[in-house]
Amino acid sequence: MASRDDIKFLSNPNIGSDRRKYCRFKKFGIKHIDYKDPDFLLQFINEQGKILPRRITGTSLKYQRKMATAVKRARHLAILPYVTDLLK
Amino acid sequence: MRNYEVNFIVDSVLSGDEINATAQTYFDMLTSNECTIVAKGEMGLRQLAYPIKGRTTGVYFCTEFQVPSGAFLAQLELALRRDERIVRFLSVKLDKFGVKYNDDKRNGLIGKKKDKVKAEIKKEVATEKKAAPAKAKAAPKAAPKAAPAPVEEKAAPVKAAPAPAAKAEEEE
Repeated sequence: MASRDDIKFLSNPNIGSDRRKYCRFKKFGIKHIDYKDPDFLLQFINEQGKILPRRITGTSLKYQRKMATAVKRARHLAILPYVTDLLK
Repeated sequence: MRNYEVNFIVDSVLSGDEINATAQTYFDMLTSNECTIVAKGEMGLRQLAYPIKGRTTGVYFCTEFQVPSGAFLAQLELALRRDERIVRFLSVKLDKFGVKYNDDKRNGLIGKKKDKVKAEIKKEVATEKKAAPAKAKAAPKAAPKAAPAPVEEKAAPVKAAPAPAAKAEEEE
C-alpha cells in the first residue's frame, strides 16, 4: 500500500477545499484595535510595512478601516516603521 | 464627559529625573484643568522604528483621562508641540470600546494567558491576603523530572520500491 507521500498529484489537491477567509474581528468579537500593540498589527502589514488589502486578510470593511487608522497611529508614534525592508 | 488618550515620547537624552519631571508637568496640567486621570503609565525606553530628530530611542508615556470639554485638548497639544523635550505626541479620542479595552487591559483580561493568570493571582492576593502566600508556595511545586530515557532511534528499513512502471506505461 502506497503511503500518501508516494502519490503524486497532477494538480494541487488543496485547491477546491472550502476554506473561506473570515474577518477575525467579527469572529472573535474584537471591538477595539490597539495601536500600541505592534505584534498584533504586524499581522496586517507586509514585509515592507504596507497595509495588506482586505482581499488577502479577509477583514471586513468596518474593521479594515479601524485597523488602517491603528497602523497609521502606530507609525506616527514610531512603533511601526513607515517604510522598511524585511520587517518579518 | 469625553475620554481621551494622550501618548508622548520624551527625549531619551535627558536624565531620568528630567524625563519624569517632563511627564509630571503634563500630568499636573491635566489635573489642574478639571481632568480626571483614569490611568497614567510609562511604557519605558523603547527603540523608535525610525529616527526622529536624530534620536533612535525614546521614553514612551501614555495617559487616559476624562475631561468635560474638548477645548482643553488644543491647549494641551500646543504645550506639547512647543516643548523641546517632547519628541512626538499623539492624542486620541476614545470611544466606548476603547475605554472598555483599556479597562480590561489594566485588569489583565486582554493578552496572553500568562498575563491573565498573573492578574488572577493579583486579585486573589488582594482579596485573601492570608491564604495567598500558602497558594503561592504550592503553585511552583514542580517535581524534578527524571532524565528522559535515551530514545533509541530505530532505523526504519527503507523499502526500495520505486515505481518505474509508471514511466513504462507512459511510453506505451
